[in-house]
Amino acid sequence: MFEQQLVNGFTLGLIYALIAVGYTMVYGVIELINFAHGEIYMLGAFLTLSCISMGLPLPLAVLLAMLATAAIGVLLDVVAYRPLREAPRLAALITAIGMSIFLQNLAMIIWGSRPLPFPRQALPAFFAEPALRFSEVTVTWMQIVIYVTALALMVGLNLVITKTRTGTAMRALAQNRTAAALMGINVNRVISFTFALGSGMGAVAGVMVSMYYNTMYPTMGYLAGVKAFAAAVLGGIGSVPGAMLGGVALGIAETLGAGYISSPYRDGVAYAVMILVIIFRPSGFLGRSMVEKA
Amino acid sequence: MLEVRDIHTFYGNIQALRGLSLRIEAGEIVTLIGANGAGKTTTLMSISGVTPPKQGSITFLGQEVSRLSTERIVSLGITQVPEGRMIFPRLTVKENLLMGGYLRRDKAGVRADEERVYELFPVLRERRAQMGGTLSGGEQQMLAIGRALLARPKLLLLDEPSLGLAPLVVENIFEIIQQINADGVTVLLVEQNAQMALQIAHRGYVLETGRLTLEGPAKDLLNDPKVRSAYLGLD
Repeated sequence: MFEQQLVNGFTLGLIYALIAVGYTMVYGVIELINFAHGEIYMLGAFLTLSCISMGLPLPLAVLLAMLATAAIGVLLDVVAYRPLREAPRLAALITAIGMSIFLQNLAMIIWGSRPLPFPRQALPAFFAEPALRFSEVTVTWMQIVIYVTALALMVGLNLVITKTRTGTAMRALAQNRTAAALMGINVNRVISFTFALGSGMGAVAGVMVSMYYNTMYPTMGYLAGVKAFAAAVLGGIGSVPGAMLGGVALGIAETLGAGYISSPYRDGVAYAVMILVIIFRPSGFLGRSMVEKA
Repeated sequence: MLEVRDIHTFYGNIQALRGLSLRIEAGEIVTLIGANGAGKTTTLMSISGVTPPKQGSITFLGQEVSRLSTERIVSLGITQVPEGRMIFPRLTVKENLLMGGYLRRDKAGVRADEERVYELFPVLRERRAQMGGTLSGGEQQMLAIGRALLARPKLLLLDEPSLGLAPLVVENIFEIIQQINADGVTVLLVEQNAQMALQIAHRGYVLETGRLTLEGPAKDLLNDPKVRSAYLGLD
C-alpha cells in the first residue's frame, strides 16, 4: 500500500515538476509569476488531441503540440508581458491572471467546456498493462513512459541551461539584467527562449496528465498550475533543480495525504505544504536567501 | 573615434545630461571626472545605448550609434565595465568571461582572449571554476574588466574601477588599464578618484550636473587650481 502510493506519487510529482520548471524559469528571468502557465499546460493536452484526431501518431502529435505551445508561450510574453516590462510588477501579475482566463475561454470556444477523454486508440494497448510487479506494487507501462519522458526532458533541460551559450545567457540575465544587456545579450530574445522552453515542458506535462487520468478539460490548468507553483515555491522559486525536487516532493505528499487521510484532502495537503514552507523556509529547499555579496 | 555631440538624456522627467559633447581619438585614455550625481554613469549608459539620449548624436568610427541597440553597439566594438562591477555572482569565473564574448563566433579567438585575460590577471585562472560572487572586491573588478576584454572592444568604457578597493589593488588595476591601452584599446575612464585617473589619462573632461565645465590635457587639469581644490582636495 505505502509503496504503491510512492509509485503513484512519484508519477504525479514528475508531472508537477515539468510544470514547475516553467514557472521558476520565467520567474528567474523577469520576476513574474506567469499565472497563464497552467493554461499552456492545458493547451498542450488539447493540441495533442487535435493532432491525433487529424490522424497523426502520438509521438508526432506531442512534438507538434510542444512546438505550438512553445510558440504560444512566446506570443504570450510578446503580446501581454513585454509592454509591461518597466511597469510596476503588479500590472504584469494582473495581466497574467487575465491571460489565464482568456486562454481558458478560448479553449472552451474551440473544444467545448465538457471534459474530453484522451483518445485511447492513439495509445499502444500495452500501456495500461503492468510493466513491473513486486508483491503488492504495480508499475504500469504508462507510468514507465511518464518516468522516462519526464526524466529525459529534465536532464535535457539541465544540459541546455548549464552547458549552452543561450542557457548561460539565461542564467546571466536572471542574475543581472543590465550587465547581461551590456554583454550584448539580446534580453528579449533570451526571455522568449525561456518562455518557449518552459511552455514546451508544460505542454508535455499536460499530455501526460490527460493520458494518465484519461480526461482533459479547459479549466484543468488552474489547479495543476497552482500546485506546480506551490512546487516551485517549495523548491525555491527561481531554482530549476529546486522546482524538480519540489514537484516530486509535492506529488508524493499529496498522494500520501489522499491515501492515508482522505482522498478529498488531496488538494488541501498541497496547499498545507505550501503554507508550511512559506512560514518556515520561505526561500524553499534550494532557494537563495536574499542577502548576497554584490 | 568616438564623437558625442550635444546629448540630452533623461530618466523619466529628470534630465541627467544637458547638452554634453566629448571626443575620443583612437589610442587615447580619456577620463571623465566629476562629483557624485554629475552624470558620469549616465554618459556611459548613453554611449552604450542602455539609456539612449533623447537628443543629440553619438558617432563611433563615423557611424551614428545613438539609436542602436546595446547589442549592436557592443558588436561594433564599444564595451562597458559598469559601476559596481556587476559580475554574475552565480556563474563561474570562466562562464562570466565567456558571457563577455557572447556575440563572438570565432571560438579560437575567444579561447585565445580568455588565455590573455588569465595572463593579465593570474588570480582569475586559479579561480576560474569558482562562482563570481565568491571573489573579493578587487578580484571581481579584475573579472569585470576581463569579461569586457573578451568582447575584444575597440573602445573600453570603465565606470569607477577604483570604487571600494584598497589602494594597492587600485594601483594594480590602473597599471592593467594602461597595459590594455598599450595593447591598442582606447579607454574612456570615469572616476571619482581624479588624482589616479588624471595620472594615467592623456586628456580629461570635468563634468558638473550634466554639463562639461573644463577639458584639456590631463597634465594641465592636474595643475588647474579649480580642479585641484574641487576634485583633488589640494591647495
